[in-house]
Amino acid sequence: MKLELREITKTFGTFVANDAIDLVIEPGEIHSLLGENGAGKSTLMNVLYGLYRPDGGQILIDDQPVRFTGPGDAMAAGIGMVHQHFMLVPVFTVAENVVLGHEPTKGGMLDIAAARELVREISARFGFDLDPDALVEDLPVGAQQRVEIVKALSRHAEVLVLDEPTAVLTPHETDELMNIMRQLRNEGTSIVFITHKLREVKAVSDRITVIRRGKVVGTADPSADQADLASLMVGRQVSLALDKAPAAPGEVALQVSDLRVTDDAGVRTLDGVSFDVHRGEVLAVAGVQGNGQTELTEALLGLQDNVQGSAVLHGAELVGRSTKQILDAGIGFVPEDRTHDALVPDFSVAENLVLDQFNRAPYGSALSMNPTAVRTNADTLVGDFDVRTDSPQNAVSTLSGGNQQKVVMARALNRELSLLIASQPTRGVDVGSIEFLHRRILGERDKGTPVIIVSTELDEVTQLADRIAVMYRGTILGIVPGDTDRDVLGLMMAGYTAEAAREAVASGARTTDSQLADEGELA
Amino acid sequence: MSATTRLASDDAVVQKAVVDERPSTWWHLPLTTTILGVLGLIFFGLRGIPGASSTYGIAREKDLNPLGILPEQVTVPSMAASIVLAVIALLASAALWALQSRPHRLRPAIRNTLVGIFAVAWVLSFMTWVISERSLSVGTLLQSTVILAVPLAFGALSGVLSERAGVINIAIEGQLLFGAFGAALVGSLLGNVWAGLIAAPLVAVLMGALLALFAVGYQVQQIIVGVVLNVFAVGITSFFFGSVMSANPGMFNSPMRLPTLRIPLLADIPLIGSALFEQNILVYLMWVIVVVLTIALFRTRWGLRVRAVGEHPRAADTVGIKVNPTRWSNVLLGSAVAGLGGAMLTIGTGVAFGEDMSAGKGYIALAAMILGRYHPVGALLAALTFAFADSLQLRLGTMSAAEGGVSIPGDFLLMLPYVVALFAVAGVVGRVRVPAADGIPYVKQ
Repeated sequence: MKLELREITKTFGTFVANDAIDLVIEPGEIHSLLGENGAGKSTLMNVLYGLYRPDGGQILIDDQPVRFTGPGDAMAAGIGMVHQHFMLVPVFTVAENVVLGHEPTKGGMLDIAAARELVREISARFGFDLDPDALVEDLPVGAQQRVEIVKALSRHAEVLVLDEPTAVLTPHETDELMNIMRQLRNEGTSIVFITHKLREVKAVSDRITVIRRGKVVGTADPSADQADLASLMVGRQVSLALDKAPAAPGEVALQVSDLRVTDDAGVRTLDGVSFDVHRGEVLAVAGVQGNGQTELTEALLGLQDNVQGSAVLHGAELVGRSTKQILDAGIGFVPEDRTHDALVPDFSVAENLVLDQFNRAPYGSALSMNPTAVRTNADTLVGDFDVRTDSPQNAVSTLSGGNQQKVVMARALNRELSLLIASQPTRGVDVGSIEFLHRRILGERDKGTPVIIVSTELDEVTQLADRIAVMYRGTILGIVPGDTDRDVLGLMMAGYTAEAAREAVASGARTTDSQLADEGELA
Repeated sequence: MSATTRLASDDAVVQKAVVDERPSTWWHLPLTTTILGVLGLIFFGLRGIPGASSTYGIAREKDLNPLGILPEQVTVPSMAASIVLAVIALLASAALWALQSRPHRLRPAIRNTLVGIFAVAWVLSFMTWVISERSLSVGTLLQSTVILAVPLAFGALSGVLSERAGVINIAIEGQLLFGAFGAALVGSLLGNVWAGLIAAPLVAVLMGALLALFAVGYQVQQIIVGVVLNVFAVGITSFFFGSVMSANPGMFNSPMRLPTLRIPLLADIPLIGSALFEQNILVYLMWVIVVVLTIALFRTRWGLRVRAVGEHPRAADTVGIKVNPTRWSNVLLGSAVAGLGGAMLTIGTGVAFGEDMSAGKGYIALAAMILGRYHPVGALLAALTFAFADSLQLRLGTMSAAEGGVSIPGDFLLMLPYVVALFAVAGVVGRVRVPAADGIPYVKQ
């Protein structure tokens, strides 16, 4: 099946997300859509999938124009999609999720036996080991993604769109996904692979289309140089290899021992975590999303109930104190989910910049606020952090995701800190700004502040870390030096201990990711 | 490499590290039961009427009772029986103390059994005390329990239908009222009680249409819409009651009653016969609808889609399920079901329509839905529990006037069903899994 998008335009208000985009997907190819966060890739695919109505342009299948009024139409036309945020009902079983919308029935009842058979049959084809009766919420993220793939294939998708599928995977799982993609292509399914990761694009694509600011800026061959791809994607020369000075760690600043968090159902979400952070060093917490990182940072900030164990910062115990007291102790915090936990969307940029200090001099007192100080502060920080906005008085919700993240980072770094905890400090930020934010974090480290970075992006971890703690299912599997081999880290993220991972890598377990990283065009 | 491949493609269910430690709130439950048990022992037992006896009517003369296996009535000394029952309740709470205080978590099955033993013993102790010097027919009590459960059960099912699809239904009260009003009005106008039965769900659907229009169509905050609709329902039915119905009750609001369908033989089973097999069609419909709805929600394509819409509407949308039409139809269907419950209030019990006659039953139905964990069978059981409290209250209310024995003020007894509802819901809230998208309007980009 040949799929063609012709001059697709989609606007949200005054913002043009897609500007006359042309794209042709030939049968049986892996076509990568490369672009930065916010370049318009996902918007384009949601138009293709019938979730958004385009403002202009048309979609052609085998040269016949088609109109999709909803995802049902797109599916009927043979387009399947694996969404970045999985479209699975957590309380349903794997089989129920797979057949939802095209359920087999027998005598008016659901034919669950047939649904199980369908799951088993497709799983077997790709060597998955999915239990049709397992609840989706109990599955690891990688397995949930495989459920999504099975779901799309069970609808006889001829074009499969994968939207940032590797964001939640370990490097080894990414390799496996690539094998599945190749297998699918060899069976005749076309694949649209949406990503911002250059190495993955090079590893698996047949063709590459690069999108920047809603426009197609070029196509490339997978043999293209990574640096060329990067400059095409970003629009200027970039050098991501951050030359950072070696850390000069001082005395131990934060001492966490046997920290445990139990949720309402009695599940240990954080299970006996112990580590130290020294002054002037960056400890990066790596791991696949949902392995206890959120609980760790929130426990340190006093945002979790049922915390046991101890966390001593400069001699003062943090566990058991209120969040306000902890913030007063000089901890800068960047929450992982900026829209939910970090910003008040309808407040202005200036107000959001003083959210943690609004009742302190010079911004205010117990009774009143000082608008002049708030405004001056905002003008300074907006300039320093290059926050793109017409005025600091605009609501923060009018900013792009990357600029919102800069506001959060600017706020966290805007005072004398005794500890900086930053979760996903550059999520959704464009490549140029990532570099800038990384330098600010390292600058804070060089001032002697202890820094904890939580990131699921291995690139970010290896660039910033002086030491790396890998988390897996609520525990820290090991703390390794910052220059540890990516493959070792990848295996640790999948549950290997440091020694086992080193052994496996020594005996030749290498991933495409690390092999391409070794080529060294881009760190 | 082979080892790594195996681990990386681990599709097995994640075994969560459940901590086998007693929660810090372990003492709440035993303490509550102990306090209640001690109060029961003092008031029902030790401060009972010395020398009085309590009589439970078990079998009736005409019942099927081969060789008199069941005695016609059981008479016990009130004080002694109440004390024994209260002690049993206290033993159950002692067991709860012992088991809950262990360092490990108590299995829910054991805990629930003990709480069940406690509740039954405590309630029996209370009943034995309160009917000192009198007699209580258990069969009649159960029969009226079932009758009183009908509006609650239908209301709760209305809630299950719409909340499973993700629309909060506070408007059950209004739907019941509309059903009662429609049944009385149409039945009266056409002079046919069956016409009233058909009209009840149709009139109640108007209420559902308004709820769906504002909650689904205009995405108004759903709790507010529900409350406003309840006020509206009281207002408009009271207006018609005051203006039209009162002016000519013979034509617009004459009391009518659905015939009682007695199933021969089965209705003569002692204790439960009259409760289960000597009722009107609405009662039988209640059992049928609970069964049909359970199967439909959990075994059919329709049910899978409805639940998907209530849990993750965007996922449902991406597989081509029409989210908002599904919500519309479920709210309408739910209202129709609640309308049947409303019919029970008028033509089901043979009284004319009265101002605000649903009197909070819709809210109790809401509690029954939550206590029943959004499941039709659970909702039915919860409705029966609340109805039992209500039925007991009605029986005791008529007794208080009688000579001698224990007298509890009638107004105090009226609280009973609400107190039971409050305790029951407080006990389960937090442990009930609400449909994930309940109350969140679905907006397509």
